[in-house]
Amino acid sequence: MNKTLLIIQREYLTRVKNKRFVLTTILMPLLIVALIAGTTFLSIKGKDEHKIAVIDNNGFFKDNLKSSKDLSFEFPVGVDTSNYLTKGYTDIILMPKFDGTQKMNYTIRSKKSLSMINEGKITDRINAAIEDNMLQTAGIHKSQLDSIHKQSQFAELSAVEENGKGTQESNSALSYGIGFGSGMLIYITMFIYGAMVMRGVMEEKTNRIAEVMVSSVKPFQLMSGKIIGIGAVGLTQFFMWIILIIGLSTAAQAFIPHDVMEQVKTLQQANGQMPGGGMMKASDAAEQIYKVQHTISTANWPVIIGCFIFYFFGGYLFYAALFAAVGSVVNEDPQDAQSLMLPVTMPIIFSFIIMTNAVQDPSTPMAVWASIIPFSSPMVMMARIAYGIPGTVPYWQLGLSMLSLIGGFLFTTWLSGKIYRTGILMYGKKVSWKEMGKWAFRKN
Amino acid sequence: MSNILELHNLKKYYATQKAVEDISFSIEKGSIFGLLGPNGAGKTTLLRMITGIFYPDSGQIQFDGKTFDPLNDIIKIGYMPEERGLYKKMKIGEQALYLAQLKGLSRNDAMEKIKFWFKRLEMESWWNKKVEDLSKGMSQKLQFVITVLHEPKLIILDEPFSGLDPLNASLIKDEIYGLAQRGSTIIFSTHRMEQVEEICDHIVLMNLGQKVLDGTVAQIKQQFKENKFGIKLSEVPASIHANCFDVAEQKANALTVKIKEGYKSNDVLQYFLQQNLNIESFHEILPSLNEIFINLVDGTKATTRAFQPVNN
Repeated sequence: MNKTLLIIQREYLTRVKNKRFVLTTILMPLLIVALIAGTTFLSIKGKDEHKIAVIDNNGFFKDNLKSSKDLSFEFPVGVDTSNYLTKGYTDIILMPKFDGTQKMNYTIRSKKSLSMINEGKITDRINAAIEDNMLQTAGIHKSQLDSIHKQSQFAELSAVEENGKGTQESNSALSYGIGFGSGMLIYITMFIYGAMVMRGVMEEKTNRIAEVMVSSVKPFQLMSGKIIGIGAVGLTQFFMWIILIIGLSTAAQAFIPHDVMEQVKTLQQANGQMPGGGMMKASDAAEQIYKVQHTISTANWPVIIGCFIFYFFGGYLFYAALFAAVGSVVNEDPQDAQSLMLPVTMPIIFSFIIMTNAVQDPSTPMAVWASIIPFSSPMVMMARIAYGIPGTVPYWQLGLSMLSLIGGFLFTTWLSGKIYRTGILMYGKKVSWKEMGKWAFRKN
Repeated sequence: MSNILELHNLKKYYATQKAVEDISFSIEKGSIFGLLGPNGAGKTTLLRMITGIFYPDSGQIQFDGKTFDPLNDIIKIGYMPEERGLYKKMKIGEQALYLAQLKGLSRNDAMEKIKFWFKRLEMESWWNKKVEDLSKGMSQKLQFVITVLHEPKLIILDEPFSGLDPLNASLIKDEIYGLAQRGSTIIFSTHRMEQVEEICDHIVLMNLGQKVLDGTVAQIKQQFKENKFGIKLSEVPASIHANCFDVAEQKANALTVKIKEGYKSNDVLQYFLQQNLNIESFHEILPSLNEIFINLVDGTKATTRAFQPVNN
């Protein structure tokens, strides 16, 4: 059998057979689900509620300040800045007399400092109250105003993008989710599997098996076998996760009717818009599910998944080779590894930062170039692809990016192969960057 | 008998050192060859060139009559480097199988041979153990088996006995003889002279990257003999004054004499016979390889081999 194939096989099997692999493969999705559920739970439960005492001596805001669950406004009598805390309020606002012409300063006092979001919300409420007040002054009746407010929530932006022949529905929230999710996934796997390659190489070196190995195979075969083997482990893990997720979500569907009805019920109670009745609720749940499915179906999944696999593997190969080179020059001291790893991890972290920007605005020159340069293209291009091909990402950019990534990993593999060949048999000496450069670029 | 390996003017320079400088020698098929030298003499670099790990900067290697082709000849070579190593977490049987397959054996062939050797060295119960469970001596044995498993024509052993107890060392030694008898050639690299004297037919001594000595053990000893003889008398006279020799050492009634230029051993015997002294034994004292080694290497600053710039 081909020697590289044998090495791939060993690298793959020893890792996949490992109990830890099975455990992380099963636990990781559960952990992610638990994480999402946990944060959602906390964000619902953990919101601090503000009960705000409004001192409005002019009666200007009376009845116009809208309260909600986490921000409630009351107009108590006999409460002032000295005793609002003891009377059960968390904050107090002192309303000056409003003359309707100039900007006013409102002062809110509280024990804990207000969050930026809450500050914004309070400002919005006050502004809305002023607006309502002005409308009423202009002669619109209070009941008219209320019914307008209730019925005017019509706008739902539905974006479509040019698609050559026609238009295609797009959903920026979904694109954001897909872009960020896949970019994040590539980021994490680069670190996990890159570090795995590095540790594997270090193991061979410190166990002194490297010399035994290179007397039967070429160092390049050893390195590439390891990189491909571990990459295959990564893909296996992905496929198992996908199967697990599909399995879990099918299982979860069995619980949907009850769950969704609960959700819908609370939704309706909060809005108070839907008229009551069991039949109405059920159809609304169906509508919700339809909406989610419809949104998901707007994404071009075959292209996204295809690109994801390409960029995952390309990015992995690009960086794994560099990690292998680092592993080959490290001696027993793990601290060496830390400092030598830095030049490899820096571009990864930097690309991640560009990715988080690109996913918000995929057409900036920075995002475009970062999605073509192979150092950052795996993450950044995935963030952009989610927004659509060829709308956001023209074909030439995608093609150039893919070609340069292929060229990039061939280059890093070649470069690392040269460093690796010398480094793996070098013991006891700390290798400088200059020396590594010499190894990489010397002839033969 | 033809040569399995011929080295012609091999050179390998590192950035700061001439690791191997113009080395030539040849090794006969079926012989046990000793490559000696102090630490840092360039032995490992030379061996790495012979095993195809390094390419020589210049010079030629002839393997089995043809120019050495690392890719194809690698299966005919078994190399046990000084820096030993195995995958610690891998099961021993699987590991042996893996390494044998990497050498180019088919799975079935490899299996058969592993079973043969494991049985021969009583290692059958190790199959499902991991390397980390083995003692140093045990893993040494395993390493030896892995090296010779594919019955290579050329076996290169770098310090094969380090870490082995006398019992296992003699076991391995017997295997080495056996392999040589069955036609394998063995290169044996070490700086333990007593082992070389015992095992090797032919030796080359390297120092500072160059060949210092080349020949059979007997030849070399003859070459470096100092005309010393040991003589044991039943009674030693108070004073010995002879023209033909000096007394180098005296221990009880045993003398070591150094024969002067132009005289022979018979002259010494004649002297004692004339004195009517009873000679109990008389034998030539040849220098040990150890002494030759120390004589040759000492004074060359080999132990503190300085780094010098290399001018190509």
